Formats: sequence, C-alpha cells, structure tokens
Amino acid sequence: MDLQLVTDAIQGDRRSIARVLSSLENRTLNLSDIKDEFPSIFTDSVQDTWSSLAITGAPGVGKSCLIDKILIDWSSKGIKTALLAIDPSSPRTGGALLGDRVRITAIDNEQYKDLIYIRSIATRKSSGSAPLIVSDMVEFLSAIGWERVIIETVGSGQSEVRCAAITDRIVVVEGPARGDGVQAEKAGLLELADAVIVNKSDISGASQHAGEIKESFELGLGQTPPIILTSALLGEGIEEASSVLLELEDTGRSKKAKWRERLLAHHERKILESDKLDEILHNLAIGSTSVESALKQLGED
Amino acid sequence: MLLGGRDFEDLMREPLRIVVAKPGLDGHDRGAKVVARTLRDAGHEVIYTGLRRTAQQIVETVRDEDARFLGLSSLSGAHNHLFPKVCELLVKEGLHDVIVFGGGIIPSEDREELFSCGMKAIFGPGTPTAEILEFIVKACERTDAGVGQNSEWHWESSA
Repeated sequence: MDLQLVTDAIQGDRRSIARVLSSLENRTLNLSDIKDEFPSIFTDSVQDTWSSLAITGAPGVGKSCLIDKILIDWSSKGIKTALLAIDPSSPRTGGALLGDRVRITAIDNEQYKDLIYIRSIATRKSSGSAPLIVSDMVEFLSAIGWERVIIETVGSGQSEVRCAAITDRIVVVEGPARGDGVQAEKAGLLELADAVIVNKSDISGASQHAGEIKESFELGLGQTPPIILTSALLGEGIEEASSVLLELEDTGRSKKAKWRERLLAHHERKILESDKLDEILHNLAIGSTSVESALKQLGED
Repeated sequence: MLLGGRDFEDLMREPLRIVVAKPGLDGHDRGAKVVARTLRDAGHEVIYTGLRRTAQQIVETVRDEDARFLGLSSLSGAHNHLFPKVCELLVKEGLHDVIVFGGGIIPSEDREELFSCGMKAIFGPGTPTAEILEFIVKACERTDAGVGQNSEWHWESSA
C-alpha cells in the first residue's frame, strides 16, 4: 500500500483522495488494509445522524438538478458534502459516458468548491443501480471528514432497490404524471424510501401525485416518510427539502428488506470477483457445464 | 513498469478515465461528443464537462475525477489562449502526469506552440476516430507523455 498517498488523502489533498478512490475501485487497495494502517480515523462512535444518503428515481425526474440545489444549500451552511454520481457502463464494451457533472453548478462557486467533492462512477461489472464497491468509497470519505456523502444512483425503475445495500438512508425522487394512483400502490422502491421528493412541482399533476403517494403509505403499516414537493428548476421547496434531508431519520420500515438487499449485493460481489468466473462463463457458453454446477463451484470459494 | 506511480498493467486492465472538456465561450460540441463516444465505445470511462468551462474548473475536474487523459476541444479560435492556460494550471496543481490532447479548428502553424506547452496531440477535422484511439495506446505506453514531463515526443496527426 502507498502509505504516503493515503496519508495525503487523510490530510485533505484532493488529488490523493481521488487516487485512493480509484485504487479502491480498481481493487489495488483494500479498505481493510487502510483500516489496519490508520485505525484512528475510523471511529466506531454511534452517530446521531446519517452519513450516507442514496438519491434514486427514474431517469429524467430531475435527480441531478435537485442535488445541485441541495448542495448549494448545504454548502451555504458550511457542510462538507461528497457526491458520488453513478452512471451505467456499457455491457458490450465496458465503456461509459459519465455526464452527471454537467448539471452540478454548485462546485463552480468559489466559496463552496472546497466544501464539495464530486466523483463520477461507472457501474462496471455490477448489476443494479450502484456497485457495492461504492460502500467502501463512502466509508473512506466519511472517515476523512466528508460529513455527508450523497450517492446519485443510475436512473432506476420500480424494483431497483440495490442502493439500499449501500447507504444509511434512501430518498426516492418522483415526478408528476408518473401514472395514476395504482402506480403508487405497486410494491417496490417506494416501500424502502426514508423520504420521497416529488420534483417538477411547476408542472401540473405533481401535488396530486404527492397526495397519491401519501395515501398509499398511510394505507400500509408503519410511519409515513416525509413527502416533499419541490421544483428544482424554480428553487421552490428546496429549503424545506434540504433541511428535512439533513435531519432525516431512519423510518425503521423494511429493515429486513434492506438487509436482504445487502446480503444479495455481497453475494453478487463474491461471484463477480471470483477468479473462476471467466472460466465458468466460458464453460456455460459452450454448454460443458450447467448453471447448478456453476453455482456450486462458485460457492466453494 | 511504473507510470505516474502506477503499474502499467493495472492501467490497461481497468478502463482509462478521460475528461473531455470544452474551455471558453464556444458552444459547438459535436466534435467533443464524437470523441467522447469513440472513447466510450473503446471501453473507456469518459467524463464530459459540458460547455463553457474555465481553465480552473477543467483542472479541478481532472484532479477530482483522477483522470489520466484530458481532451480539450475548441472551435472558437481561442485555443492559443485557452489550451496553454489549462496546461499551465495542471502543472501548477501538481498534475504533471496527465496526458493532454486537443481538437477542433486549430491551424497547423499554431500547433507547435501548443506542443511546447506539453500537449501531446492535436486532431483537426477529418481525423479518423481510430487514430485517436491509437494515440491513446501509444501515449499510455510511454512514461513521459504527461503535460509537465517535458518530453519532445508528440503524436503526428493525419489531419
């Protein structure tokens, strides 16, 4: 391990931070090794609030614009925030176009730029809206003094709940005209939300949709999470959203479901990182092995 | 082999991270998008900055994203001012090993000066996209292609 690099990162050198994150992503550095060398930065003290938050929702509902406005608000309060913005890798070539930065203007402000760190991340081999390695990055950033870490997931559909495996809290962003009341009744991501933001309140139908979501939560068991109307475009509702998110409590709903996702994510990571994976995929492709025996082989690791 | 403190094998096994940036007041981004798409399809991770970035913003993006390459695009005629400024700031920020290339409407008589600032390739209109990928591989194989590493080498482009 490059001790100097990690030391520089801990002292706040931005390039070293970026390089440590790359090394974690490329698996040339393990978080556990950093923990062994620098145990003092990883405190076990129970925090009274969250340190990582996933912002998820369908493509085009305005996640990036909303995050930009929230970053501006938090920065004006002096809160150091890191944003890990995730975009998909091509399953064919492995390449990715990472464009979430384009919409983040907060970091262009001279006063705020030292309080904000933005990193674009491609999903690479993992399935789901956020690769599990991101949880190591979050832990490292939290340990070196980034008070809050936001993860912007890949634009996700109804059943994409993998981000639950990574963060302390989940915020689901919705938009107006996303179907009738029955859509809100369907199971999925919304059930795990610690808060719901209905964005684009400047367009008609947003407040009706917020009402439908609220009704749907109230029909179910447990506490209804905060449901906030915003317009990232006009800046409406941003102040409320920013302060609600800062103090966001774990609704305690779906604890088991969250752990189910974490378990699945770790299991998937184990398979994807297996040395035998290439060989097994090859054998499956030429038909010399079955899925059952492949799974057995992978389980032997 | 060590490249900027990192192993060459490691660099090639993982996708390269490449920032594609549009400095200055120039709204034409077709070229930048074509290059970004080419690099993406070759398996790299391309971070696109969007239009009208300042040199400082571009350098900070390269730093925070841990990019190994930076591609600058300009069609406004201000390349003689903007590109050297970006190179200078990269060196000032300690990003000596970042490899910088450029493209756009850049007359051949302007190119020598840009190479002397540490840029390693200038691609004009009509450059085959495959040539850009060839350049990336060649530049990766070298240990001295960074903007602040003062090597004489640069890519001779066909257009």
